Amino acid sequence: MRKSEERRAAELALVMLLGLFGVALGWALFSLASFTASLRATVAGHLPGTGLANPVTAVLLDFRAYDTLLEMAVLWLAVLGVRGLGAVPPGHAASPGAVLDLLPRLLVPVLVVVAGYLLWVGSMAPGGAFQAGSVLGAAGVLLLLAGSGLPHGWRGRRARLAMVAGLIVFIGTAWGTLLANGRMLAYPSGWTKALILFIETVATLSIGFILMALFLGGRPPGEEE
Amino acid sequence: MSGGVLFALAGIGLFVLGLHALILRTHPLRKVLGLNIMGSGAFLLLVAPAGMPPDPVPQAMVITGIVVAVSATALALVLTVRLRETDGER
Repeated sequence: MRKSEERRAAELALVMLLGLFGVALGWALFSLASFTASLRATVAGHLPGTGLANPVTAVLLDFRAYDTLLEMAVLWLAVLGVRGLGAVPPGHAASPGAVLDLLPRLLVPVLVVVAGYLLWVGSMAPGGAFQAGSVLGAAGVLLLLAGSGLPHGWRGRRARLAMVAGLIVFIGTAWGTLLANGRMLAYPSGWTKALILFIETVATLSIGFILMALFLGGRPPGEEE
Repeated sequence: MSGGVLFALAGIGLFVLGLHALILRTHPLRKVLGLNIMGSGAFLLLVAPAGMPPDPVPQAMVITGIVVAVSATALALVLTVRLRETDGER
């Protein structure tokens, strides 16, 4: 009884400390002179040179492309980490009822088309590789949950290749631009949009397969135990 | 109160809420969830000051951040499963 009272007091003290912490965070935030500072104008000024109309995609794959390259590497590292922890115990064996049997048949084709649309529209409106890859990954997870798995052509070795392809293409482009004009990921003028679309297409595939592999304990689809 | 300030306050609120769960809850799954809520708070805080049209730089950072957070969560969940296996019931 006494212990639980002590614990209750400690919890109350913690809540009050956290409240103070929140207030301090708020104060720190709003005492920043640059709370409303924005790189909007800088980005907008450089946007015409890229041939893209969506500033977010331009930031992701041109202005801060190195950042995005490293983030693809982080995704890959997470897969390696998950895989390195050994096989995860299998979840509940799927016993697809009528709904789980029918739903992927209806949804997966739509999701694949949506992913393609998001990828394509990324150059001019909200969308891009990360959004499209997430939708693709969700479609794959839905297939795996329903017990039907991926189509045979996309299992095993090919799935493994799809997982690294985004990083390989990104690093390849980085090397290519470094050798061509001495600046990493500085695309030759006129080629920006084409190169970005190429990188994004492969990255979409990679992100989709990496998310599926994370769901399966780091193994590419078709290799799970 | 402008929308940006409201979003920033909500972000701080989520961050503190997640920190509370991270410290107090003993179950690893709840700790992982708490970390995720902290992350969401940080993302909300990052995009909060955006006016119209929004600043694309934090948006780009947040969209990659979300996908990276998902993969980090997967890693944390597998670690949780392993911990449970080696430690017995928790």
